[in-house]
Amino acid sequence: MQVPILKQSDYLIASIQAALTDADLLQLRDALVTQVGTFRSRGVIVDVTALDVMDSFAVRTLRDLAHMIRLRGAETVIVGIQPEVAFAMVQLGLTLEGVSTALDLEEGLAYLDKKIKAISSSTKEGRS
Amino acid sequence: MNSHEVRIHIDSNSDIVTARQKGREIASQLGFTSTDLTLIATAISELARNIVLYAQEGEIILTVAEEGARRGIGVVARDDGPGIIDVERALQEGFSTSRSFGMGLSGVRRLVDDFKIISEVGSGTTVSVKKWK
Repeated sequence: MQVPILKQSDYLIASIQAALTDADLLQLRDALVTQVGTFRSRGVIVDVTALDVMDSFAVRTLRDLAHMIRLRGAETVIVGIQPEVAFAMVQLGLTLEGVSTALDLEEGLAYLDKKIKAISSSTKEGRS
Repeated sequence: MNSHEVRIHIDSNSDIVTARQKGREIASQLGFTSTDLTLIATAISELARNIVLYAQEGEIILTVAEEGARRGIGVVARDDGPGIIDVERALQEGFSTSRSFGMGLSGVRRLVDDFKIISEVGSGTTVSVKKWK
């Protein structure tokens, strides 16, 4: 199942609708890494609210996705990790180290707005 | 209820999803909490992925487990793959030979109540786990 990616101003929003296979997750990662360049996006939100399982492969792929997108000059935030999923991840010893997370889409957008504003103002200061 | 078992053939990454969804369904019928359902589905996902990664194909067998008054779900992951040379090492924290995917078997062990593994080099691996209600 392909994940729809919405473009909203400077951001890309990938909203996962159903369970994803490993191949679907890799496809999502590659699509976002490419589209960040196509649309010159500053931020990416991956909404995982609908995921009932985040196993080692899913967590690793999301971590890779966030790091690859950072290398492309944009910020990623993972939103909507369910409480049961968070519990299972901790039990399994899985972490999303170095990856930003937020409670839901709204918080994710607010986080990106703040983060990207901070980055652009520090760049301006650096120039002057 | 003991005779009730569901077998899922595993040979592709979409079978991993099928196996964990079926496991969740059976566990849900048994009345597990939603947290336990997620732990069970996650454990099945890891076991099924081990099959695809190391043995290419195998099967997941889901059963209703009974022992005295307690009930639970049993999951057996079986393959005829290469087997594990050093089972003790495979169970160590964070050990994984395959491009360091996740936490491997040690992680699965933490998600369930009973954990057994039999592996023979050249003839395959059987991992049996149970989670009690």
